[in-house]
Amino acid sequence: MVEHGDIRVVHCGGSKLNFRDPVITHDSRFLLCASGEAVKVFSTSTEECIHELRGHTGLVTGVLLRPSNHLQVYSSSLDGTVRLWDFTDGILIKTCVIGYPIYSFYASAKHENIFVFAERFQLVAVHLPQSGDQLVEARELSAVLSGVNPNPAAIAFGRGGEFIASVNDLQLEVYFFKKQKSYRFFLKEDNKKGGWNTFTCVACHPKDDCIATGHEDGKIRLWRNFNHKKEYTYSTLHWHHSAVSSLCFTPEGTNLLSGGVESVLIQWRYKQESERDFLPRLGAAITHITVSPDGSLFCTSHSDNKITIIQSCVKVSAVIQGLVKGDSIRTDLMMDPRSKALVLNGKPGHLQFYSLQRDKLLYNLDIVQQEYIHESGLQQFEVVKAAFDASGLWLATVEERHQKAAELELNLKLWAFDEQTQSFVLNTTISAPHDAQITAMSFRQTADSQTTLLVSTSKDGHFKAWQLAAPAHTEDYIQSVNCPSWLCDFVGAYHGLVPECCSFSADGSLLAVAFQEVVTVWSPATWELTFFFFSPPSISDLCFGRLSCSKYLLGTTASNLLCCWNLLTCSCKTSPCIKVLSTQNFFCDSLNRFISLFLSFLLSVFVFKPSEPRPLFSRKAVCSGKVTQAVFAPREEMLESCEESSQWLNRSQLYFLTQQMDLMTFTTKAEEDRLLASSKQLVIDDSVAMTPFYLLLGKHRQQQQEHRDSDSSLWAERTALPQTSASIKELLQTPAHVLPSTSYLCSMFVQSLLISVSDARSAHAEEEMESEKEEEDSEEEMESSRSKPELVAAATESDAPALTKAQARELRRVRKLDHSWLAGLLDS
Amino acid sequence: MASFKPTKIQVYPKLGEKVTQDTLYWKNYKAPVQIKEFGAVTSIDFSPVTPHNFAVTAFTRIHIYGPFSQEPVKSFTRFKDTAYCGRFRSDGQLLVAGCEDSVVRLFDVSGKVALRLFKGHTKAVHLTDFTSDRYQILTGSDDYTCRLWDIPNATELTTYREHTDYIRCGVTSKLNRDLFITGSYDHTVKLFDARVEKSVITMDHGQPVESVLLYPSEGLLVSAGGRHVKVWDLLKGGQPLVSLKNHHKTVTSLALSSNGQRLLSASLDRHVKVYSTTNYKVVHNFDYAASILSLALAPDDESIVVGMTNSILSIKHRKNQEDSKEIAGQQRRRPSYRVFVKGKNYVPKQDDYLVSKPVKEHLAKYDKQLRRFNVSKALDTALETWIRFRKPEITMAVIKELDRRGTLKNALAGRDERGLSQLLNFLIGNFVDARFTPVLVTAAEMILDIYQSIIGQSPLVDRQLLRLQDLVEKELDYQKELLEVLGMLDTMFASSLPRKEVPCSGIGKLE
Repeated sequence: MVEHGDIRVVHCGGSKLNFRDPVITHDSRFLLCASGEAVKVFSTSTEECIHELRGHTGLVTGVLLRPSNHLQVYSSSLDGTVRLWDFTDGILIKTCVIGYPIYSFYASAKHENIFVFAERFQLVAVHLPQSGDQLVEARELSAVLSGVNPNPAAIAFGRGGEFIASVNDLQLEVYFFKKQKSYRFFLKEDNKKGGWNTFTCVACHPKDDCIATGHEDGKIRLWRNFNHKKEYTYSTLHWHHSAVSSLCFTPEGTNLLSGGVESVLIQWRYKQESERDFLPRLGAAITHITVSPDGSLFCTSHSDNKITIIQSCVKVSAVIQGLVKGDSIRTDLMMDPRSKALVLNGKPGHLQFYSLQRDKLLYNLDIVQQEYIHESGLQQFEVVKAAFDASGLWLATVEERHQKAAELELNLKLWAFDEQTQSFVLNTTISAPHDAQITAMSFRQTADSQTTLLVSTSKDGHFKAWQLAAPAHTEDYIQSVNCPSWLCDFVGAYHGLVPECCSFSADGSLLAVAFQEVVTVWSPATWELTFFFFSPPSISDLCFGRLSCSKYLLGTTASNLLCCWNLLTCSCKTSPCIKVLSTQNFFCDSLNRFISLFLSFLLSVFVFKPSEPRPLFSRKAVCSGKVTQAVFAPREEMLESCEESSQWLNRSQLYFLTQQMDLMTFTTKAEEDRLLASSKQLVIDDSVAMTPFYLLLGKHRQQQQEHRDSDSSLWAERTALPQTSASIKELLQTPAHVLPSTSYLCSMFVQSLLISVSDARSAHAEEEMESEKEEEDSEEEMESSRSKPELVAAATESDAPALTKAQARELRRVRKLDHSWLAGLLDS
Repeated sequence: MASFKPTKIQVYPKLGEKVTQDTLYWKNYKAPVQIKEFGAVTSIDFSPVTPHNFAVTAFTRIHIYGPFSQEPVKSFTRFKDTAYCGRFRSDGQLLVAGCEDSVVRLFDVSGKVALRLFKGHTKAVHLTDFTSDRYQILTGSDDYTCRLWDIPNATELTTYREHTDYIRCGVTSKLNRDLFITGSYDHTVKLFDARVEKSVITMDHGQPVESVLLYPSEGLLVSAGGRHVKVWDLLKGGQPLVSLKNHHKTVTSLALSSNGQRLLSASLDRHVKVYSTTNYKVVHNFDYAASILSLALAPDDESIVVGMTNSILSIKHRKNQEDSKEIAGQQRRRPSYRVFVKGKNYVPKQDDYLVSKPVKEHLAKYDKQLRRFNVSKALDTALETWIRFRKPEITMAVIKELDRRGTLKNALAGRDERGLSQLLNFLIGNFVDARFTPVLVTAAEMILDIYQSIIGQSPLVDRQLLRLQDLVEKELDYQKELLEVLGMLDTMFASSLPRKEVPCSGIGKLE
């Protein structure tokens, strides 16, 4: 099978979950949230993503339950459409083209229209035409309010849609739909204490005439009597010390929820505001709060791309965590050699382990191990460097805190992988390993893990080698901990120059350290300087070749050159030096012999072989926005591609991260097809809770699926007969207590085997009627008992021969007959 | 919801001696029993038979103590002048002692009056010992002679006049009845054989010899004199093996621990050092209150007895296993333990429905206050006297945490005179500790900023501030000197390092 090496860039996960407030369905079982260009449906109990509603071509800017039908959901997008979905099955029902990019949208049960925030800071009412077409165009637009805040939290419906409240800057505007009149209330610019009065968010009481507004200085104001221009009143609640970012009333209006940067969810009792409940330490700043329509669940979105589901008794019940977007990814992207997970900065002071295959956060490793104080303007410890050794047994991390007044605080921590807990455990903490910032870190990549060596280079002009001190003198000394710890083995320097980067050769016998424009090569066995290269502009990145190219040492320089030195002849191989515009980043493949290169301004990628000057692959403008990091991830199974240009993708995949924290990768067309096929097969109802029973069946199912794949030709034959499968489905989807006894079925199958009728013409009417009936009775049980019948279906289909339509009809007839005599016959 | 992460207390590497098997072994002694004698304790000798009484020679008396009594079991007081070197015979029945009046007396341990008097020396006798056949006595005297006496008829057998100065120490062989060794102030140690007329081996110690000791195998000899302890190989004809110089005053006494693995030396510098006999490294060190004159170990190291110049006898008994067991047993009998454990060790049965109780995590007091953002109270807790003196790293960790939260200034402010002086006390105590300096500098600057207006109002605070200033100035001078030394060393190292050629290649012809 010849594959076409059509390499394309695909999006493979990591989108924002906290861009807009999520929505909880009426039955509190699902949670919907906008995520990039899709809407994700999560189960609130298992935290799993069940569906992805894909179809929008722009960023999704809002999700709303359809007020008239709680099983359908609207979504709006920057592509100028509003789409209606059935979220239980993940089907697109209708697309409504509005024509303007939509930034946020609102709906209320009392209004037919939906309200859309479009360009020019206007709130526009849109009437959605009630036609049965898939694609409709909405042209009836009428402006409601102008000069509104683009923040979606700044507009709220009050008393079931009687009025709409909008805040902007220092102004609260209330528009009454019946009176067609709007009132405006202004706050003074400044309080006495230099407070910051600006409105940030608004929420309206569902039953009462009361509007709650949040402010920049952390105050919450409750406005009443606002249908008079002059006689309005407000009361003030104050707990937050910085801006209130979200406010929400519970559906009955008994409680008010508020949240902000402090990452504390506060529940105020309505009309008894002195009584409050707190839920502290939610992890990161709260951006949105929503409440399920029945009031049993709260959910908060956080700035670290997380959605927390909270029970109404103020107890966390589930956490949905996406790829965390830190302030900056200072650790670069790395691969954990053991779990094949992507590792990068996550929450402040944490490293996140992110599974690329499942697009799911595996876990966060707490590096700093300190209480995080949620206060803006504080200098916190940040994880700035991390490195894995080749076997994934050791992880080295560097954290630093840079204060204005005091000196730099640096900690080098070494983590050992613990087999029992399947996680990293802190082994050694070295405080102040260097006098200045650490520029690079590298483990020796040897297979034998007996002599693990770590080299760190620093701006203080030294590089240090750290070694795992074997517990040799346990005989003499009683150590407090018996496990070995890391000690400094060697300190090297070269003419007081600042080392910028370091790299070990593939076999660990050489260490290259680049001191500005000088590349020194050391032998770690004796710590002798073996030789050095000199290249005029300073070197910014350094890497040894792998496998057959291990004799080459590659480096990028500040003057946009890619240099390649041959270590055997000790000469700079001039041929692979190409002049490129701006070499921003340069990534090395650990398995392959390939080097890729990103150019930030051109947004292009080049892939080289160290031995050849000509790029193997080049692509310009891979995505919109700057590419900051990339990593080669080894594949689980090798691809077989003959085409030269896509050969570099055979053993590993190149992932890169855009500024919007979207993970992108390069795939060939064939692979994409395969992935698509597999994803179709894997559509299972994840809403079923993870019980041991489910696991058992799930495993069984998977095996069956594999089995099915193996004899796919047989399978294809069977799928060609939709009628038979339908009839069997009908039979099997009938609930067990309605079905006749097993002896009936047995006899039925025996009959079907004996009689061979090839009556192709069948009565369509009967068929249709039957299918309707089927729908009726299966609708309720569908969700609860779906996986089970399918499983049985798969099981029976594989060993029972195909039934024709006539047989099915026969079967139904047989079912209605009294066959007790046959049962008795069979028993005897 | 994550739980509160407690403040991380930095663990600093323990400075000073490492905890080894030896330190554990030698620390496993009870607090010393101190007994005041009548004068400087010059000699201590353990009886070879159980119950291992020991004879203590001090001034004009010899006291015999039992292993556990603090009162002497027996005393011999019939000396005209200062007594020296009371020693037991190998059967523990007889005791011999020299005297300043040159008469050597032999006592029955159960009697009171001397059984025999050996007269013949002309000056004070500092060395007395029984030979291994139990019938003869070796004496050494300030008249430069050493003699062998017959016990039954109290007659002199032989006289050796080879030493040219006072003979102050000596030992007889336990294996051979004819061999004995003497050490003298003429810097020599001599091995005599009673079967020949003169010494067999002469070893030059280099200093006046204060003490000699034979290994149980009698192949090795240890001599102490001046600041040196020297080990000689007798089987190789008195070849010097090791010379140890670990004391800074004269070494006065030597002892071997019972298994022969450790050698102990006591000195006028008030230390007892323990050496390993395999590599002759110091493995442990005891400190005493005064200069030590004599040292002895009970068999099986059951007790260490040390006599000092200030006439105090210090006895340390080994803690025995039963004692510690008894203490553990007492703890187990406490009722509170059972109350705490009650119901916790219940293993749920298969059908039981488990209702879990939230585990209440334990937080230190300062952590509880930090969790509630009570910064001043947290600092107060961390500055409590016990923590401040015993665990300064906790105080440091809290100060660091407050600094990280940006609330250190709030926590430091608003203190009265007592609180401020407490704070300043802590600063003065830990300011120059290199591990604490970076954080304390910030804190000190803040304190000076906050409280500069009240300077001059309280004499106590003013005094402490002056002390702090003094401390900083001294430390600066000290650091400067250190840097100077470092610079000198650097130049020395640089000049002594051999020059090495590094192959240079690949000068970038890049285009």
